[in-house]
Amino acid sequence: MMAEEFLKVNNISKSFAGVHALQNVSFTINTGEIHCLIGENGSGKSTMIKIIAGVYEPDEGEIIIAGKKFKRLHPIDTIREGIQIIYQDFSLFPNFTVAENIALNSQLSENKKLVNMREVRRIAREALESINVSMDLDMLVGQMSVADKQLIAISRALLQNARLIIMDEPTTALTNREVKSLFKVINNLKDKGISTMFVSHKLNEVLEIADRTMVFRNGVKVIDADAKEFDQAKMVYYMTGHNIEEESYKCPDNLREGTPLLSVKSLTSTGNFRDISFDLFSQEIVGITGLLGSGRTELALALFGINPAESGEIIINGEKVRINSASDALKCGIGYVPEDRLTEGLFLERPIGQNIIATTIDKLLNKIRLINQQKMENEIKNWIDGLTIKTNSAQNPVKSLSGGNQQRVVLAKWLASNPRILILNGPTVGVDIGSKTELHETIKNLARQGLGVIVVSDDIPELLHVCNRILLMREGKIVNEFCASEVNEDELAVMLAEG
Amino acid sequence: MTNQANNIQKTTGPSSNDKFSLEKFFKIQDWNLLRLFIITVALFILMSVLMPEKFPTLKNFRSMGFQLSEIGIMGIAIAITMITGGIDLSINATANLTGIIACIILNKFAGPDVANPQVGLAMVLAITVGVIVGALCGLLNGFLVSYVTIPAILATLGTMTLFTGFAFVITKGTGFFGIEAFQFIGNGEVAGIPMPLIIFAVIAIIMAIVMNNSAFGLRLYLVGSNAKASKFSGINNRAVLMRTYMLSGILAALAGLVILGRTNSANPDYGTSYVTQALLIAVLGGVDVNGGYGKVAGLVLAVISLQILSTGLNMLLFKYSGANFFKMFSWGLLIILFMIINFLSYQRKQRVKKPKPA
Amino acid sequence: MLKKIIKTNEFFVAMILIVLCLFIGILNPVFFTLQNLFDLCRSATVMGIFAMGALIVIISGGVDVSFTAIAISAMYITVKILLALNFTGTVVVAIALSALIGLIMGLINAAIIAFFKIPTLIATLGTQSLFQGFLLFFIGSKYINNVPDGMLRFARTNLVTTTTSSGAITGLQAGILILIGVAIIVWFILRFTMIGRGIYAIGGSREAAERAGFNVVAIQFFIYGLVGILAGIGGAVFGSHYKQANPFDLVGTELNTIAAVVLGGALITGGKGTVFGAILGVSLVVVINNSLVLIGVPSEWQKVVLGIILIIGAGIPAYKNMMAEKRLKANLSE
Repeated sequence: MMAEEFLKVNNISKSFAGVHALQNVSFTINTGEIHCLIGENGSGKSTMIKIIAGVYEPDEGEIIIAGKKFKRLHPIDTIREGIQIIYQDFSLFPNFTVAENIALNSQLSENKKLVNMREVRRIAREALESINVSMDLDMLVGQMSVADKQLIAISRALLQNARLIIMDEPTTALTNREVKSLFKVINNLKDKGISTMFVSHKLNEVLEIADRTMVFRNGVKVIDADAKEFDQAKMVYYMTGHNIEEESYKCPDNLREGTPLLSVKSLTSTGNFRDISFDLFSQEIVGITGLLGSGRTELALALFGINPAESGEIIINGEKVRINSASDALKCGIGYVPEDRLTEGLFLERPIGQNIIATTIDKLLNKIRLINQQKMENEIKNWIDGLTIKTNSAQNPVKSLSGGNQQRVVLAKWLASNPRILILNGPTVGVDIGSKTELHETIKNLARQGLGVIVVSDDIPELLHVCNRILLMREGKIVNEFCASEVNEDELAVMLAEG
Repeated sequence: MTNQANNIQKTTGPSSNDKFSLEKFFKIQDWNLLRLFIITVALFILMSVLMPEKFPTLKNFRSMGFQLSEIGIMGIAIAITMITGGIDLSINATANLTGIIACIILNKFAGPDVANPQVGLAMVLAITVGVIVGALCGLLNGFLVSYVTIPAILATLGTMTLFTGFAFVITKGTGFFGIEAFQFIGNGEVAGIPMPLIIFAVIAIIMAIVMNNSAFGLRLYLVGSNAKASKFSGINNRAVLMRTYMLSGILAALAGLVILGRTNSANPDYGTSYVTQALLIAVLGGVDVNGGYGKVAGLVLAVISLQILSTGLNMLLFKYSGANFFKMFSWGLLIILFMIINFLSYQRKQRVKKPKPA
Repeated sequence: MLKKIIKTNEFFVAMILIVLCLFIGILNPVFFTLQNLFDLCRSATVMGIFAMGALIVIISGGVDVSFTAIAISAMYITVKILLALNFTGTVVVAIALSALIGLIMGLINAAIIAFFKIPTLIATLGTQSLFQGFLLFFIGSKYINNVPDGMLRFARTNLVTTTTSSGAITGLQAGILILIGVAIIVWFILRFTMIGRGIYAIGGSREAAERAGFNVVAIQFFIYGLVGILAGIGGAVFGSHYKQANPFDLVGTELNTIAAVVLGGALITGGKGTVFGAILGVSLVVVINNSLVLIGVPSEWQKVVLGIILIIGAGIPAYKNMMAEKRLKANLSE
């Protein structure tokens, strides 16, 4: 079957207030093609998608969909022409059933006034069958897993005669198994002649699923080629403009002697993890990995006191401690950087300064238990200077900062609490390749200064470059423990996938 | 610590995403306060110009000072719960209940039938017990909102009904009376300044210090801004909420005592429009309904504005019966206009804001 | 299937209602007399009509506290006009006129909420003050001890009559038909129409509703307009029942109605609720307010009982929800 062009983007340019978001971008997506778009934050990916969706109007250029030329697209046009976008939050109704969520949009667009439940269920069942999925039609979507919600969103998209489905970071919250299911569905769509545009920063997945891969950098399309021509190193090169080589973390010999900084014995939390024991020494970076559901995040949260363990011991520097709350953990010198740094780590409306000292309020009180303003301002200034956070006033709300500076504020907040042990959950999820390396250096430096660091992650290169020791968890137990130098990427991938 | 900071500096240089926000961001709070101040002054000038002999007189100031206290205290009470992202609809019920219980104590120890009236003891006891009642009411609210996780509207709707119910049970529907000595709180003067105004000023100053300078106050703002992030920052959200509602209850109780002092009576269903007025003050004073914002200074200005408006309207319309009704009308109009203006200015800000390229 | 029914809030409320009725009835069989039933129906009619409106708003994720102000304003204006015109015709005119005035006020609510996105609680607290102030200042604050003939006749119309123990004749007041009619209409809208789905959708996720293509503004106009109409109808029935137009009535009772709707299983945060549940909730509140006296509970205790039931009724699902979320988070962690 000869490749047919479905979507053709010609010389699209877009600026916002004098800043180029996209410059002269052109590409083609054929019918039944799986086309991946990668690029760092700020490369123009989102803008491109929004232009195709009709949310933004390009300054120059045109879009041709199945032969029809468009200068200005409206969302209603794109839906009519068969382009569907599946956003990261899926836009589903938690209080409606699976059937209602799937069928509602199409009923709406057909201008139906009355609702026929039998019809709704039939439509939903057929939509799910078309992607070989079966689900309880009457379950409330609010109670379903992320993976199921995604499938619901996809089948909903198909109902409106989608010819091209655009997915924005679709695998962020999926387990390995669920990713495989998703890929099966995408290939299924491909067989039916439906194209997929897959925007992702998970390079290994892109390598697996793509027919063609396209890289954006600074608003320009850098390369657009057959997927077979890429490997990870090449992708990184095109995304950042230079080769990034990361050195593995070399920790000093003989560091695993003496009293461990943190010693965990038989830690158990029913349903989450069982009988966890390990030691963490100063200057070590221990990686805890495992598939989603292996209990790794639960373990981290237990160490930080958010979901305390039921039994077992936590020993810090030889002293047994009780950690039943985040406050306890902080007092013991444990810090926790959550995965979703922005929504879980920052108070966007509050001043930068307040964000930074949020964990150390108690240390800034004077004799009458009021906040010592001078002390607070000094502390804040130290961190703003120390981490070069660009702002003209610590009173500005954090939301006024750029993304990179916001990350620095999160870091400052956790370093301000003077932790001895720092737990980082998915530290570089959603972070650009360039910044990733920076962040890794920062983590390594922290360890070199004497901290004990725990990194919870499923990013294999990250684990191998940053950690000196790795604990593999499966179904709540530690099933393997080894030095990072003992394995290579493929071996680790295999071990991880066996979960 | 400085070591860490220095080390970080060496490794994290400026990255490609460091476009400094071009938007000149002026602190929102200051804009609000400035606007409020202008409104207050404008209203004052307006009323003074319209009624030059009656309005800008010392006598009038004193009279206004007597009236604004109770609603001002309630405004602060509802504001702090709103800052945490919730609301306390039970403040009026708590105030009434407190007033009633205070009456009982006052009359027990210094009432007209008591042989050996101990006025001092009665008053101290009444105030202390009153505060405790307020705290208990607030504690229940806090418990329902933070432990049982009932949405605040619903929880305080329930407790409002409950507390009013208690009040009805105690008084069997009638009103209670206080003792004359207690009236000093509501009607007395110290050095020419109305007592209730002094009480309000003291409460406002204390609350301002608590909100702006104490650990608790800062935590309150953080919880209201992002409860998830505050939890991960080691803040005990539940404890903060419990304390907030308890504080709201105490403030409501104090308001109830002032009302008792002013009217010398306590009724189970007094002040049905107080919650609306308190909400009006909170909203005018700059409290964000979604939580995380609000300053005591704003509340004070809002109360003063409202009082000027109220008294001014009373004076202007005293010929017509039903000045009260026009006040009701104007409050409603004010809340709506204010929120509309807020919305429009937010819209304008969004349009001016340059969208960040993705 | 049966298991699913048992798990619903409506079932829970129904059980409480039945238990309460049995409890009161056994202690005082007067509860089970027709006379008492008719009394309860009369009390429930007005609140029931209001509750239908409150239900729609709550399902859409909002809270409307202005409907009592709308009701009393609509009724008062209607009575004033009809009395001035010496109108002696059918009550339908009064109800229609009241509904029309209610609609206009409801549309004001709609405009404020839909165009300016003001939080519904604050907006309707504002309009409540606005409407009531408008009524009392611009229309009148005098208590009118009379209502148009049509309304008087309506008040005396009974569907079924019975004789009380004291020999008087009392009956099932015809207003119940209006409640039944209104309930059926609202039920139909919520269950079978696209607009009904839209109301639930907005309550579930306003953003998703917009993205899905629902015209959120139009739906909100529909909601608050309908609430206005229902408030007007309820007000007219109220005026008929009490044969007077007192502009200070009704306002202050809105929270009772909202409590009833929430007790009936509607989520205050939106997205959930049924007509059946709301009716059950109203029945529960009415029984508490009217019949506790039958078992010797003094009327002062009504509010206490109502408050406790409200807190428990809101507390149990909230607590269960919290525990379920904890479990969900643990199982689907990461």
